[in-house]
Amino acid sequence: MAQSFALWAMVSGKPNWPLPVQCLPYPPLFSDGPAVTQVTGCGQSHFEISMTDPILKTTDLTVRFGGHVAVDAVSCAFHAGELTAIVGPNGAGKTTYFNLISGQIPASAGRVNLRGRDITRASVSARTKAGIGRAFQLTNLFPGLSVLENLRLVVQAKLGRGFNLWSMVSRHQDLTDQAEDILARVRLLDQRDQVVSELSHGNQRKLEVALLIAQDPDVYMFDEPTAGMSVDEAPVVLDLIAELKEQKDRSILLVEHKMDVIRSLADRIIVLHNGALAADGAPAEVMASDVVQEAYMGRGLEGILADV
Amino acid sequence: MIRSLLSGDMPRSLPLALILGCILICLALAPFLFPGVRTVDTAARICIFIVLVASYDLLLGYGGIVSFAHTMFFGIGAYGVALTSAHMGRGFDAIAIGALVGAGFAAALALLIGLFSLRVRAIFFAMITLAVASAVAVLVSQLSGLTGGEDGLTFKTPRELGPAFKFGKETFDGVLFGVKLNGKLLAYYFVFIGALVLFLTLLRVVNSPFGRVLQAIRENDFRAESIGYRVVYYRVAATCLSASVAALAGSLYAVWLRYVGPDTVLSMELMIDILLMVVIGGMGTLYGAMIGATLFVLAQNYLQNLMGAASELVADLPLLPELLSADRWLLWLGVLFILSVYFFPAGVVGRLRGKR
Repeated sequence: MAQSFALWAMVSGKPNWPLPVQCLPYPPLFSDGPAVTQVTGCGQSHFEISMTDPILKTTDLTVRFGGHVAVDAVSCAFHAGELTAIVGPNGAGKTTYFNLISGQIPASAGRVNLRGRDITRASVSARTKAGIGRAFQLTNLFPGLSVLENLRLVVQAKLGRGFNLWSMVSRHQDLTDQAEDILARVRLLDQRDQVVSELSHGNQRKLEVALLIAQDPDVYMFDEPTAGMSVDEAPVVLDLIAELKEQKDRSILLVEHKMDVIRSLADRIIVLHNGALAADGAPAEVMASDVVQEAYMGRGLEGILADV
Repeated sequence: MIRSLLSGDMPRSLPLALILGCILICLALAPFLFPGVRTVDTAARICIFIVLVASYDLLLGYGGIVSFAHTMFFGIGAYGVALTSAHMGRGFDAIAIGALVGAGFAAALALLIGLFSLRVRAIFFAMITLAVASAVAVLVSQLSGLTGGEDGLTFKTPRELGPAFKFGKETFDGVLFGVKLNGKLLAYYFVFIGALVLFLTLLRVVNSPFGRVLQAIRENDFRAESIGYRVVYYRVAATCLSASVAALAGSLYAVWLRYVGPDTVLSMELMIDILLMVVIGGMGTLYGAMIGATLFVLAQNYLQNLMGAASELVADLPLLPELLSADRWLLWLGVLFILSVYFFPAGVVGRLRGKR
């Protein structure tokens, strides 16, 4: 069932984009639908339409854990200057899809291409060097080090100075300067020398985003960046993401549950359900789509998302 | 000047700076401040153990890697010098070659173990080091033709480092501040300067960008990989570096003792001593190695005497003389460790720097 559904996703999900997109039917409704043989990956067809190469493309990306298919042949392309929200109920495979792209989990099948380069088998650090930047759902920092040190490590990694064994850190003033610039951008300069484990949750989330900004990747991947943040704190992070959107040569992927966030930021929504691509299109269409509403047992996307 | 010698890693606490300064001065002037065969021997051991413990701290405190093979690397360095000195004849060239070959061999072995086990998870490294260390210890005691087996090897160091060598007869009449100017004094300073250079080198390494990456890996290896560091390479590099410094410390030890044997340089007991010294001093700060090694070696050498004296003082009271009897020194050493770990969970240095 999931298979035929994925087929549907690939066939009808993408070709219409960025034209209004028709959302995909849920398998039970259309499982006897026309047999489609000429499968065109959504990235491919989009490529024809937009005339630009996608920055990131996944082709039939699949991962199985034992008998369970967590991500099921997801083919999708992500373009420069575009913010794509990835939504779906809990367990739909959003974070797993992220893990496949950033390399934390090896794919069972399919490919990941970054600017045309196949990185499916590359290590996590190699993908980072190639331009994938990932922030994590659960704050994932270096808790015993200072805020500045956290950022400096990222800048240092980017400049490839990790294997410098003999020079003192203090001689690398440029690393500190760059780290401080970013701290100022995310309004954490006052906490510069604080140990991360003593930072408030909101500030830790900000630092999580800051690490990604310091990395300056081609593809930004945010996994619920405002999770657990207070109403006062969340806008700072969202503003930062909005700022990143202005950099037209980057692509941003955002896993998010909050509808208002998606509405204000997303250029495009993809819906994952049971690991497969269920819909792909402009936010208004995806949200309004009857098919998706039906797919979510009549409650509509907003209903589902409000639950989680 | 001091800042760059210490690689910018200042003590950051006045009591700590005073303690470290005191240890440094005492060690630098040990033959003059505490003349005597046993005291100078203790000072030399402290110097060597500071380096050994500091090199272990590079692994455990900075890299978060648990290894049980540190005495093996120490032993490789010691046997390196012993074997070259025994076969090439006494001479500084034999010491230099033995030390370099020992350090190189230790690094190569560490590379091999590291590449096999650190790829997976750091815990496998601990287990494999345990196995390899035991195997090497058995091998050394079995290959008695080469290593002297359980008896170990006694060898000659250059004449200049032996007690028979006298110097400064014309200017100082062979005596300076009541201390005989002989080869043993030179041997002490050979050990002291060697240890100082190695310690400052390690201090340099942990305060370099590389050292920061190791700390990041210790804190969160998952994220370190994700911001673009190939964690396994850094872990392996730290292991090799730490192994070769431990081997060099072993070479210094061999030069000082003019003897190597499985019990002195390869025993598991020694490994546990190193672990305790790191923990007492404070993991993740090389100054902790300095304090831990000093406290431990002093306790090992003098606690027995101190307790003997204490037990005589309370000879008239019931029970106390029994408890304080010099024979019970190991018991009290154990109690001291438990107390120090309980009261200084972050080690002495951590405590002095104000981290809980």
